[in-house]
Amino acid sequence: MSSDWPLWEVFVRSKGGLSHRHVGSVHAPDAELALAHARDTYTRRLEGVSLWVVPSADIVASNPEQAGELFEPAQSKIYRHPTFYDIPDEVKHI
Amino acid sequence: MTQRSPAKAEGKERVGAAVAAFWAPAFAGERLDFRTDYLLRLGDDALVLGQRVGEWCGHGPVLEVDISLANLALDLIGQATLLLGESGDGDKLAFHRDVLDFRNCLLVEQPNGDFAQTIARHLLYTIWQHMLLQRLQQSSDQFLREFAHKAVKEVAYHRELASEWTIRLGDGTEESAQRMADGLEWNWRFIPELFEVDEGLQQAIDAGIAVDPRSFEEEYRAAIAAVLAQAQLEAPADQRPILGGRQGHHSEHLGHLLAVMQFLPRAYSDAKW
Repeated sequence: MSSDWPLWEVFVRSKGGLSHRHVGSVHAPDAELALAHARDTYTRRLEGVSLWVVPSADIVASNPEQAGELFEPAQSKIYRHPTFYDIPDEVKHI
Repeated sequence: MTQRSPAKAEGKERVGAAVAAFWAPAFAGERLDFRTDYLLRLGDDALVLGQRVGEWCGHGPVLEVDISLANLALDLIGQATLLLGESGDGDKLAFHRDVLDFRNCLLVEQPNGDFAQTIARHLLYTIWQHMLLQRLQQSSDQFLREFAHKAVKEVAYHRELASEWTIRLGDGTEESAQRMADGLEWNWRFIPELFEVDEGLQQAIDAGIAVDPRSFEEEYRAAIAAVLAQAQLEAPADQRPILGGRQGHHSEHLGHLLAVMQFLPRAYSDAKW
């Protein structure tokens, strides 16, 4: 039966000010129940303050075969990393 | 075996009292004060429904629904722990009390049936419980006030979920609508008991600690009607009400539920987890 239901990707915001992060997926017949299933499956232990669900079919993904041309060029560009200055300890979530 | 005879005699005596007058409480032991009685009514509702819904664990129609049902059950067991703990030794009350001493309403002990029957039972109970808890937040009793304040949020979600599922099953396929209608039909006759006020409850209402359920019966009927209308379902015809759970007169189903729930702590009294 579960295979009849579409898949939804679940995103949880763990606290105010942070971004929603992908945590997994649920099956559900529609958006409202997808939200209920996401709540029951992924926020049982106080993991979040906000939830998003997105139909998995609507996710546009990059092609793994293109990984080389898409991502490898960034490897040689270390000047793009914030590694040339110190980040104070008090600054979290960077 | 000789040790058994006093219990046997007591059992007979109880049956005698129950036969003498239907309204005579079936309880053994001394009469409880109205506050303890009220705590047990609410606590036993939560415990028995929690155990019932918990029976779905591992048997849900799909994994996500299995988890949803387990969450509902755990919320209810948590509520039972608070309520029974306030009225005495919670574990002893849950695991070492016999069926005639339970004060839950008959609705919550009804069998799960299929998923639709479980949802029908949950809808009918949870809307009542939600309306009760909303009002119980104004109780003159501090414990009940605080309890209601915590539990009302859990139950608001139960109400939402039960309503959403009722609507989807009712307004779903021909088969799901039929199953939902059958589930409502099974549980419908236990609604009047939710609004029954006996002497013990009247005392608790007069003392300001309990909610008079009659104050929201109309609102309850309207709320159920609204969900059923959205679900494209007809409300079942009112049937002969079945009463007596609050006085310990239970259906055959509760004994079986308790046998499963109580077996381990009774058989192994030193068991720990």
